[in-house]
Amino acid sequence: MSASPRTRVRVRARHRHNGWGYLFLAPWLVGFFLLVLGPMAASLALSFTDFNLFDPPKWIGLDNYRQAFFDDERFWNALRVTFTYVFASVPARLAFALAVAMLLNRGVRGLRVYRAVYYLPSLLGGSVAIAVLWRQLFGSDGLLNHFLSWFGADTGHSWIADPDTSLLTMIVLAAWQFGSPMIIFLAGLRQIPQELYEAAELDGAGPIARFRAVTLPLLSPLIFFNLLLQVIGAFQAFTPAYVVSNGTGGPSDSTLFYTLYLYEEGFTQFHMGYASALAWVLFAVIAVFSAIAFLSSKYWVHYADVRS
Amino acid sequence: MSVLNRPAGTTAPSWRRFALHAALAAGAFVTVYPLLWMTGSSLKPENEIFGGSSPVPGNPTTEHYTEGWSAGGDFGTYFLNSLTISVLAVIGNVLACSMAAYAFARLDFRFRKLWFALMLATIMLPYHAVLIPQYFLFHELGWVNTILPLVIPKFLATDAFFVFLMVQFIRSLPPELDQAAAIDGCNPFQTYRRLIFPLLRPALVTTAAFTFIWTYEDFFSQLVYLNDSSQYTVPLGLRMFLNSMGDSSYGQLFAMSVLTVLPVFVLFVLFQKHLVEGISTGSVKG
Repeated sequence: MSASPRTRVRVRARHRHNGWGYLFLAPWLVGFFLLVLGPMAASLALSFTDFNLFDPPKWIGLDNYRQAFFDDERFWNALRVTFTYVFASVPARLAFALAVAMLLNRGVRGLRVYRAVYYLPSLLGGSVAIAVLWRQLFGSDGLLNHFLSWFGADTGHSWIADPDTSLLTMIVLAAWQFGSPMIIFLAGLRQIPQELYEAAELDGAGPIARFRAVTLPLLSPLIFFNLLLQVIGAFQAFTPAYVVSNGTGGPSDSTLFYTLYLYEEGFTQFHMGYASALAWVLFAVIAVFSAIAFLSSKYWVHYADVRS
Repeated sequence: MSVLNRPAGTTAPSWRRFALHAALAAGAFVTVYPLLWMTGSSLKPENEIFGGSSPVPGNPTTEHYTEGWSAGGDFGTYFLNSLTISVLAVIGNVLACSMAAYAFARLDFRFRKLWFALMLATIMLPYHAVLIPQYFLFHELGWVNTILPLVIPKFLATDAFFVFLMVQFIRSLPPELDQAAAIDGCNPFQTYRRLIFPLLRPALVTTAAFTFIWTYEDFFSQLVYLNDSSQYTVPLGLRMFLNSMGDSSYGQLFAMSVLTVLPVFVLFVLFQKHLVEGISTGSVKG
């Protein structure tokens, strides 16, 4: 904020509601220190220990990290599975979201009904019930194979039980839930002044050129926002893989999402020091990705008040 | 409205409009087909489920519902437990997040900007980074296997995106209202209670609907904290049912699955407008 020296002095001199402000903020402050900041510091400290919840933690320095990076194939496998999942499902989800939002933005009648129908999977998709459904859809006797049999394809193949395709079914499930970024894109598309498209058209721009010159730049803040939130969310995906694979991450660890491995280490093996180290690696991965997104954003995210 | 403001497409030839509707309808059909098929299959005799891809049952029966309800453990208790946790979570979020949001949006106190920045940063923090020490804390307090670890954090405004949603909303209210209330002798608490809280209603409804749905569907933290089957919630009960049935009786599994998503579906129909607006303002994850 650009305050003149005089107003700045005035603001510093009095905070009118110090007492009331902290009274209203008290629940959040307690939660922040007790459930966020404190536990973050504690999990960093625990990541350097051998800890099983019942005995006092034993300091072992970097051993947990050393073990993860140099001695743990399942750790690397979990990372590989999770990266594959994130970098396949997020672009697919955002592409569907943008494509459907653009169709819905063409002044179509019945917009609310379409929007509701496309949004529904976003609301239900993370539930156990949908994971149950997915097990059937892609099972050997499932709906997908039934459709494929119409085209004479082999019907006995279980997409869930085959390690080569099991992760793909998880990616399809994630892509299916494109409704919530779609709604954000739709709200953004409605803010783009129609005049810009008409001006571009007068300049001889075809549909693709208009998309690249008008839609993409003006929508880029929302693309950035969606990308960031979806990637952070996708790194933490858990329920579908856990339920479909009976909690194992199988077959052959092919759906061993990072969070599944962390849960297994922490809460079935009670390797809580090791699980804390895993948590901090995940935190670091997400932080690095977010930093890349923020640092690169000045090259590709355009804000409305900037002339382009 | 001038011609220039017309949405694109209204001037398009009718065959293009028809093609647009056809594409959207086809996409919508593919999108909801799995849900329709599951619902239909829950009403089919078992041998019909695998026989066809049509969602319409040939010989409708409700036997899967009655059999699944009695075979699947104690679904009555699961629903009651889920309902208790979700309702308490809603109350917690509505109260605690609106209090924090009022402080951030309207009150003037030291380090307000610092706290606000930290609050925003926690939106991006992965839950796993705090999971194990939180579990240790709740374990030491003797709260594991109770609903407290799932409910108490909501009363401490830890769902930061709802705080942000409400801050945005309060900032859009004219500040003259607060000033008028102050001139009338209201202290900040009275202003919050009599003015801001009632005006905040749309954001509170959005928060309540999302909190209910996400708490009701949440699986991970319930899996971590609830180990005793008498404490089981709907997601845990359904997953236990799945484990005990394997792939042997999809009819009953589908019937119970449909029952478990029914409350979410009803809320979705009732509060669609608030949910969509909550997402559109761009502050709610999804």
